[in-house]
Amino acid sequence: MTISSTAPAANGSSGPNLQEGPFSSVDALVTGLGSVGYIASRRIATALYMAVHLQKPILVEGSAGVGKTELALSTARLMAKPLIRMQCYEGLDESKALYEWKYGKQLLYTQILKDRMGVALADAPDMDAAMDRLHGMGDLFFSEPFLEPRPLMQALRQDDGCVLLIDEIDKSDEAFEAFLLEVLSAYQVSVPELGVIVAKTPPLVFLTSNNVRDLGDALKRRCLHLHIPLPEAALEERIVATRVPGIEATLTTQLVAFVQSLRTLDLRKAPSISETVDWARALILLHADSLDSAIVRDTLNVILKFEQDIVAVEPQIVELLHRR
Amino acid sequence: MQHTLEEFLRALRAADVKVSPAEAIDAARTVSAVGYADRELFKDALCATLAKSRDEVTRFDETFETFFTRAAFTLPPPPEPTDGEPQSGGNSAPGVAESPLAQSLLAGDATAVAQAMEEAAARAGVAEIRLSTQKSRLTRRLLDEMGLAQIEQIIANARRMPGGDGLADRLDAARRALVAEAQTYVERQHALYAAGSGKALREEMLAKKALNADGGIDPVDLIMMQALVKRMAKRLADRYSRRRHTANRGHLDVRKTLRKSMAHGGVPFEIKWKIKKIDKPSIVAICDVSKSVAAAAQFLLTFLYSLNEVVDRLDAYAFSGRLIPVNAILDDNGVEGAILKVLQTIGFQQTDYGKALEDFAENHLDRVDRHTTVIILGDGRSNFADPRLDIMQLIQQRARAVIWLNPEPESYWAQGDSVMHRYQRFTHVAKPCNTLGQLERIIEDVLRTYSAH
Repeated sequence: MTISSTAPAANGSSGPNLQEGPFSSVDALVTGLGSVGYIASRRIATALYMAVHLQKPILVEGSAGVGKTELALSTARLMAKPLIRMQCYEGLDESKALYEWKYGKQLLYTQILKDRMGVALADAPDMDAAMDRLHGMGDLFFSEPFLEPRPLMQALRQDDGCVLLIDEIDKSDEAFEAFLLEVLSAYQVSVPELGVIVAKTPPLVFLTSNNVRDLGDALKRRCLHLHIPLPEAALEERIVATRVPGIEATLTTQLVAFVQSLRTLDLRKAPSISETVDWARALILLHADSLDSAIVRDTLNVILKFEQDIVAVEPQIVELLHRR
Repeated sequence: MQHTLEEFLRALRAADVKVSPAEAIDAARTVSAVGYADRELFKDALCATLAKSRDEVTRFDETFETFFTRAAFTLPPPPEPTDGEPQSGGNSAPGVAESPLAQSLLAGDATAVAQAMEEAAARAGVAEIRLSTQKSRLTRRLLDEMGLAQIEQIIANARRMPGGDGLADRLDAARRALVAEAQTYVERQHALYAAGSGKALREEMLAKKALNADGGIDPVDLIMMQALVKRMAKRLADRYSRRRHTANRGHLDVRKTLRKSMAHGGVPFEIKWKIKKIDKPSIVAICDVSKSVAAAAQFLLTFLYSLNEVVDRLDAYAFSGRLIPVNAILDDNGVEGAILKVLQTIGFQQTDYGKALEDFAENHLDRVDRHTTVIILGDGRSNFADPRLDIMQLIQQRARAVIWLNPEPESYWAQGDSVMHRYQRFTHVAKPCNTLGQLERIIEDVLRTYSAH
């Protein structure tokens, strides 16, 4: 629940200009995302293109570490809009996602009110006059100053638009999913005490899911669906080269080939892109300029996250290195 | 093109990709945004709009390829230019001029024939195909709509005419090509619209199939049934794992909030919420693995094991003569291999319910407490040994519920060496359970007793 300041550029225009710039075509979008450090496949770019043009939320699925969250971050950078991020978890509810009343402040307010009320109403001649005067006072109890906006409301209140990232929606529960439907389809929320709050510029919404549970059909229906698979070797090499500047081309080829062959094994958690990138960084730190079995053995824990996996892979390292 | 898109959506629905009317509107908007020109872009954009899960993406890709692929017609080549127009020439048979199909066939105009076939298919309702047995009838209707009778008439006429054999042979070859083409066309429509529904029909049947049928279960069916069980379990798991989460929702707990505020002189700094406590199911499954019950036991274990997301604690035991815990065996071998392994360990003994219950009471009774549901799967045929009802009573007293699933129908329960009717007194529920459908319903009942209302 943070507003990360990705420094919105100083152009006053609201809403992306769809006819020119990176959102004019899918190819332009691939290039645009590339310029902010995200190497996108055509399918990813098409889905994003559709999301912007149809103004629909986009549901991104894929195993952990394939760059789901990164896609939202990069898009925010590309659009030069602030990113508002909401992390979902079991038990997340409206009061943490949308808004909450500042209860403590409200209670203090009633105490002040009680003290002041006597003074304000002291000169009223009778009960009816006192009541009239009471009605005349503004009812501040449920009003904006006592409202604590949470990420969803913050996103709807961004007049210049923003990118809203609802991370790991599958971790939240069904009721919260139902509550999101209004936000996702109409870009508005109802606060019973205040009325309906409508976004001036609809935010671009990303939802990510790790498939912990199946999402409801109603939610899926409102979203475009994008599944990010583990990348092909060529694409992964480009990603590593972009993310880890200064890495030697031969090392990139070697380590991507190694990771790709790891993925063919039966592991509990196959390494995904983020592990590959981490590994590349680790190898740079260790001043390795090529892979050999010793250095792979020492750094295996960067790419494999389960003891059983490490034990299973260790005896095969030499074979895997020479497979390609 | 609107019509084509609608047909495509229908093909998607037949392939079990859920497309609601709202999504159909989205699809139309998508198409107007990207256009038809770029096939790859068109496909990706539609895929993002319509396919909502990984499986659906795969099915979308397949359907898209089948639907938008039109194999090029292979007609016999057009005749070498003859002197004079074929229709008006001396070797033309009467009727060619009236039949546009005959003209296109003779001219070898594949595009025109394909066009005619699409139109005829719409008239004949080929896309309405449901069953594979309709194939030949629909092919016939399609050809009739295209005007095959007319072609045959022309051929017959030509044969009778002097020197008409050349034309007749050419037309006959074209006719054969056309019939073959119509067959492939109907075949493809069947793959698009009907293949999926046939599978659904088969699964529906399997869910009703008796698990202890004579001759056991066909190995082909077995794979499908295993998949079916896993899907049923996933459906239940989805439903009940969500319901449990309601525990964390609630209202302001005024009492607790006030108590906490005492420390701050009545100012409520800490807000407390009401929380509902919900049990996670804990299940003890005791399965008879003698021959008559083994199949049912296998599915019950698959079911329970696939529910691991919802079921907090599952202890599984198997017996025929003696009783052993099978959790470790299930973990090592998976459900498919486990039954075999269990049979190697304790198989080929006489079924003895009394002995098995004794074993359970001696070694594992502490696993049963007031949160536990005990599910016993067996036919209750004890080979005239002491059924040890006292232990059964003990289990019933300790457990939250005892459910007995019997693969035999209720009318057999007191016959022969069956002591089912005597055990029945010490169970909360005793039900015949002989099909996957029944199994699912019973497991759902168990889960429901644990969830908050």
